[in-house]
Amino acid sequence: MTEGSSLITEVRELSSRASVIDLKGDVTASSEKALADAYTRASGKFTRTIVLNFSGLEYMNSGGIGMLVTLLVRANRQRQRLVAYGLNDHYRQIFELTRLDEAIGIYDSEAEAFADADAP
Amino acid sequence: MDSEPRDAAYWAKNVTTLKLGKVPAKAVNLNVTGRRVVGPVQGFGKMWQKTARVELRGADVTPDEVIRTWKAEFQRFWPERNWFYAPLTGIAPGEVALLNLNLPGRMKLSTGVLVLYADDESFTLMTPKGHMLAGWITFSALAADDGVTVVQIQALERTNDPLYELGYMLGGNRLNTRFWVQTAENLARHFGVEPKVESQVVCVDRRRQWRKAGNLSKNAAVRTFLWTLATPVRWLRGR
Repeated sequence: MTEGSSLITEVRELSSRASVIDLKGDVTASSEKALADAYTRASGKFTRTIVLNFSGLEYMNSGGIGMLVTLLVRANRQRQRLVAYGLNDHYRQIFELTRLDEAIGIYDSEAEAFADADAP
Repeated sequence: MDSEPRDAAYWAKNVTTLKLGKVPAKAVNLNVTGRRVVGPVQGFGKMWQKTARVELRGADVTPDEVIRTWKAEFQRFWPERNWFYAPLTGIAPGEVALLNLNLPGRMKLSTGVLVLYADDESFTLMTPKGHMLAGWITFSALAADDGVTVVQIQALERTNDPLYELGYMLGGNRLNTRFWVQTAENLARHFGVEPKVESQVVCVDRRRQWRKAGNLSKNAAVRTFLWTLATPVRWLRGR
């Protein structure tokens, strides 16, 4: 578990090809280190998909959205996909508004995200 | 989560395409209404993160006061000969502003921005399709550990299409960085501080997104240029 500013992250391995990053608290520009550390732990040699769990998200500002874009660039560089679940209606709308949903797949549940993540 | 998130009031809501309110008659109003906003994911060129930061050391002003002034007088701090026609209701989430910019080679650019996010200590503008850049820019102020108010402008952006990218490679990138440094300098001077702006430019993604090359069809600079060329025709028709 890593704590950075007011964001707590936890990493879980779903399979050899997919890991989950649980996010709890605030995603802002100050979350850079916490997110980068979590990504490094989640990213194994065979990891193809990183699943972001936003169920515990309490606050996000525009700086936080910027952090997600840089995380996306990092994942793409490693030929990994970034997907998300646990977004409530408000945060889904922000993903749509900023058009991040066109690059980060959004799912209703971990099971759906995992099913897609683990598909060959 | 049943309760409304703490940030709910700060974000623009239900924006699919931009709709510009009333603007002054002298303004060139093109390439805004009906356009969708674009983020760094939708742009074409390399992705840049640009930061201009200045300490307001010696100024007796809080971050809230800086942002309040900045929102109210945004145009005043821009480099000369560039116009930001703020929405009548001010810089608030969901509002749209018209921009008339001067580009190198006496080119003009009429475009706009959406106020994507605004709280007491920051606000973020997001660009529409056709704008030179796809991305957002955040203007913020915070109190440093020693109590000094620090102002920051941070952009996350790609050029929107290959033509803009070419312009960026031929000096546009440097001019754009300078634009924001000048803005930070103007703001610091307004608060009586002789500015020492720290500027940082980081290439976040070196790859160009060639699948987005078609964005060229909405290039606002080309459209503004064609509109300018047609001015005599419009004038004759209007007689």
